[in-house]
Amino acid sequence: MLKLFKNLGKKELLFVIISIGFICVQVFLDLKIPDYMQKITTLVETSGTTKEIIVQGLYMLGCALGSLLTSVIVSFLATYIASKFGEATRKIVYRKVLGFSMEEIKDFSVSSLITRTTNDVGQIQMLISFGLQALIKAPIMAVFAISKIAGKNMQFSMLTFIAVILLLILITVIILTVIPRFKIVQKLTDNLNRITRENLTGIRVVRAFNAEEYQKNKFNEANSKLTNTQLFNQRVMGIMNPFMSLMMSSLTLGIYFVGSMLINQSDMASKLTIFSDMVVFSSYAIQVIMSFMMLVMIFLIYPRASVSANRIREVLETTNKIQDGTHVKGKEIGTVEFKNVSFKYPDADEYMIKNVSFKAKKGETVAFIGGTGSGKSTLINLIPRFYDVTEGEILVDGVNVKDYHLNSLHEKLGYVPQKAVMFAGSVAENVSYGEAKEKISKKDIEKAIEVSQAKEFVSKMDNGIDSFIARGGTNVSGGQKQRLGVARAISRHPEIYIFDDTFSALDYETDLKLRRELKKYTKDATTLIVASRVGTIIEADKIIVLENGEVVGMGTHEELLKNCDVYYEIARSQLSEEELA
Amino acid sequence: MNRRRGRNFEKPKDFKKAMINLFTYLKPYMLFLIIATILAGVGSVFSIIGPDKIKEITNLIISGLTTKINLSEIKRIAIFLITIYLIGAILVYIEHFIMATVTNRFSKKLRSEISEKINKLPLKYFDKTPYGDILSRVTNDVDTMSQTVNQSIGTFVSSLTLLVGSIFMMFYTNYILAITAILSSLFGFLFMSIVLSKSQKYFMEFQEELGNLNGQIEETYTGHNIVKVYNGFQKETKAFDDINNRMFQSAMKSHFFSGLMQPFMAFIGNFGYVAVCVVGSSLVINGTISFGVVIAFTIYARLFTQPLSQLAQVATSFQSAGAASERVFEFLKEEEMPSEDEIHNYLDKKEVVGNIEFKHVNFGYNDDRLIIKDFNAKAKAGSKIAIVGPTGAGKTTLVNLLMKFYDVTSGEILIDGIDIKNLTRENIHDLFIMVLQDTWVFEGSIYENIAYNKENVSLDKVREVAKTVGIDHVVKSLNKNYDTILSDNETLSAGEKQLLTIARGMIKNAPFLILDEATSSVDTRTEELVSKAMDKLTEGRTSFIIAHRLSTIKNADLILVLNEGNIIEQGTHEELLAKKGFYAKLYNSQFESVTK
Repeated sequence: MLKLFKNLGKKELLFVIISIGFICVQVFLDLKIPDYMQKITTLVETSGTTKEIIVQGLYMLGCALGSLLTSVIVSFLATYIASKFGEATRKIVYRKVLGFSMEEIKDFSVSSLITRTTNDVGQIQMLISFGLQALIKAPIMAVFAISKIAGKNMQFSMLTFIAVILLLILITVIILTVIPRFKIVQKLTDNLNRITRENLTGIRVVRAFNAEEYQKNKFNEANSKLTNTQLFNQRVMGIMNPFMSLMMSSLTLGIYFVGSMLINQSDMASKLTIFSDMVVFSSYAIQVIMSFMMLVMIFLIYPRASVSANRIREVLETTNKIQDGTHVKGKEIGTVEFKNVSFKYPDADEYMIKNVSFKAKKGETVAFIGGTGSGKSTLINLIPRFYDVTEGEILVDGVNVKDYHLNSLHEKLGYVPQKAVMFAGSVAENVSYGEAKEKISKKDIEKAIEVSQAKEFVSKMDNGIDSFIARGGTNVSGGQKQRLGVARAISRHPEIYIFDDTFSALDYETDLKLRRELKKYTKDATTLIVASRVGTIIEADKIIVLENGEVVGMGTHEELLKNCDVYYEIARSQLSEEELA
Repeated sequence: MNRRRGRNFEKPKDFKKAMINLFTYLKPYMLFLIIATILAGVGSVFSIIGPDKIKEITNLIISGLTTKINLSEIKRIAIFLITIYLIGAILVYIEHFIMATVTNRFSKKLRSEISEKINKLPLKYFDKTPYGDILSRVTNDVDTMSQTVNQSIGTFVSSLTLLVGSIFMMFYTNYILAITAILSSLFGFLFMSIVLSKSQKYFMEFQEELGNLNGQIEETYTGHNIVKVYNGFQKETKAFDDINNRMFQSAMKSHFFSGLMQPFMAFIGNFGYVAVCVVGSSLVINGTISFGVVIAFTIYARLFTQPLSQLAQVATSFQSAGAASERVFEFLKEEEMPSEDEIHNYLDKKEVVGNIEFKHVNFGYNDDRLIIKDFNAKAKAGSKIAIVGPTGAGKTTLVNLLMKFYDVTSGEILIDGIDIKNLTRENIHDLFIMVLQDTWVFEGSIYENIAYNKENVSLDKVREVAKTVGIDHVVKSLNKNYDTILSDNETLSAGEKQLLTIARGMIKNAPFLILDEATSSVDTRTEELVSKAMDKLTEGRTSFIIAHRLSTIKNADLILVLNEGNIIEQGTHEELLAKKGFYAKLYNSQFESVTK
């Protein structure tokens, strides 16, 4: 937690100190108020004039106003510091996450990273703003208040002390009982949510299996568990309020009762002193109790904030496994070479890719095919350095990818993933996304849209290429997104295209048209295609057949049909006998 | 992502109606609610009596200052007070206890009704409603409602009692001081309400920026690979910084204003105190009142300001509860699937012959556009029917109609000559094995996932089926075999999950079979293996197979080629190829080469 506070700038730290100063002033003023009350009391008792009382009243009011002003200032400073902290932390976390490679993202999972950037930062932000106002104030308040009443009267002090102890014991017991159950409630809520979500996503299955009753029983069980735990918590927490007010009222009563006995026992002279002490004491005692209770609040807030802080720290302390290189230029143009490349995921025992070597020359099309889990996608994800190879090396334009400045490496590539990604913005903005070697002109965009077979639907959209695409591309279909994804790659004239199973989301006809146009348009570019349909890659210059991460065949379609069993089996499952011949 | 609950500006469309709905629903608990509110009221009355008695003690002390204090009288009052305090605390606790019990029962019932409702709604409903929307009703909205009922009803009653009671006691004790106390507090509240209404727009701004920020983060984290490869880092961080800064600005303003509440309340309290003291003491000097009255009034002044701010909170809390209950009840009142009480036909799955006929079937998801137009087809018992066609041709829709997930707009679908209108959905579902494209697995063991909703399935049976679809060896490699819990952490790949759902279908025995792109996530070789298993499954069953990989359906008895809701061609694979029509084109486009 403390480490994160380093994100506060000098200005904010200065503000913290200033606000502590103001809090001191505020507490001082707050506690000054009972002093004036005492004076007023004495004045009334000694038959002072109304004017004198008004003067004291104005002093007291002045203090109250001063206290208001200082707390407004403190509130301003606290929210400023907290919000600034939130902004700064989010900024750092966001940059850190965007810099992550695929490996780190997968380790954390996207949804967890999102929570870490938003909710977790929010938790700490809350702690700061609450902390600056209440947590700092409480001890100052307690010290001031105790110093005011300390030594005044033993008996009254004892009473207050007992009340504080009793309250603290009760609160501690309640918190210790309830806090672990709060965590359970959170889990049970997640559980309930999950069951509901499962029912919703599987609604057709649930109905087809007549499993409504099954789901209902499952839900009811989770529901009962949640309800019972929550009920227990609330019943226990319910003790807090009535007990607190009971303690406070009893304390006042106790002070008055003891006071009256003391007054009776003492001599004439000190009677009045004890009396005014008694009146003031009753209000200071309440302040002392209140400040202790405020301190206890930290037990409620701190654990959550501390968990959040740890989750953020985890993100910030993760070292990025992919380190940037320095090379800006390659030695060749449009070549990709794998030299004995092996790869395994960090914690896995088994290699995903085993000893793969091949070279794609300028203008060539190299295709990868293989079953689910054969490693074909993993293989080409090594080129843009989503992951780094475990053994061997990958050369792009004759230079090891690890030596490139990442931006320079990426500028050479036109990568289109299996699942198209769209951003909120216009069609044109989506197509010309990011930074390219040269600025992407409107003409490039239009041409790219045409080649990728997206023109047909883009031109039907209300504003053509200026039409708006919603967040996540929810207003275009999957196939349309995929074509815009291809356009995005085309518009920047890359040396090397990488299609990671891009075409399987398209129907056969569009797939075919798109590839034809693309071939015409990008004669000089090198193309790497991962495919699951044989039809997509039949014409490739080189087809690499993968199984369990190993190359089991390499050659053209015709060659492979003859000499590669795996390829033949794949082809047979998709083509007719005559086409195989 | 959690929908952030609107802070204090979420308002129901029709507050009165929402409240009536809410309280009608609370009716079964009314007796307890009334008891609880009475307790809350009595508790408040007790806390009003308190200051009055303290006043008596003070007066006794003062009058005894010069002589002797009447200790026994003070003792009597003290004992009375402590009894009242104790009883008050107990009553308030009982009130809390009752309210907690009632609201938890209430929200439990609401939640399970929402959950049951999900399974009673027509599928049509889910086409237009996002899951997140329904989920947030089960949790957030029900929470908001129960919190309001739990805290606000009690608070409302006790605050009102306190307010009325303390005003009454003040006027009863001394009207001049009463007016002083009330005026001084009202002045403060007026000022505060002006400040708060001004701050409303900053709250809105804050919510909006929060939404933008979440959107930006979600988008770029999910599309991380593209951001990376297209060197979008600069662009995205700049966009993020902009939103982040705007968020800072609006958070600053809105939180600052909400932070003002507390100090203002304190000031109003102090202001009232001074006013009471000044006016009070001058009255004491005049001899109009005793000093004890002033002390009592300082407490009244606080008792009086406290419920005012609480009532304000109750009001906003009821507003958001109103909005939440509107959403919940709107959901609970959604039209359910038509009742089937009138249906008495029953097809025993052991006696079904297996003929299915579509007769002039028309169907559209909404009234203005038909997806299926005058569809006619016959499936003879035991035959294998394939349905092919481009995306959006209406293939899955046909299955939805057959399963009675949706009702036909016109025309009829006959199973063994009986119109499915005259069969219950449960009966129909019982007759079909259905395997879908989207692989649905739930958090539970692999065994539970395969033997879904079936009791007394032996592990051997499950293993046998798993072997047939070829995931037995995958399951064996997991550390707990069939007891392995499937969860988010991706124990199985998409293809393996698909095999699992096929296994789930296999374990159910029924005369009809529907495979809706059941093998789209597995590679073609695995698909071949599975299709062998499936061929076994189709034996003796009338089956419908939807596929976009045309290779899988070459051996179907009948291929229906769908385009825009119409059957444009039908026949066997060879017949259709010979026709050189739509199907042939679709089929051949797989192999046409790039350079042609």
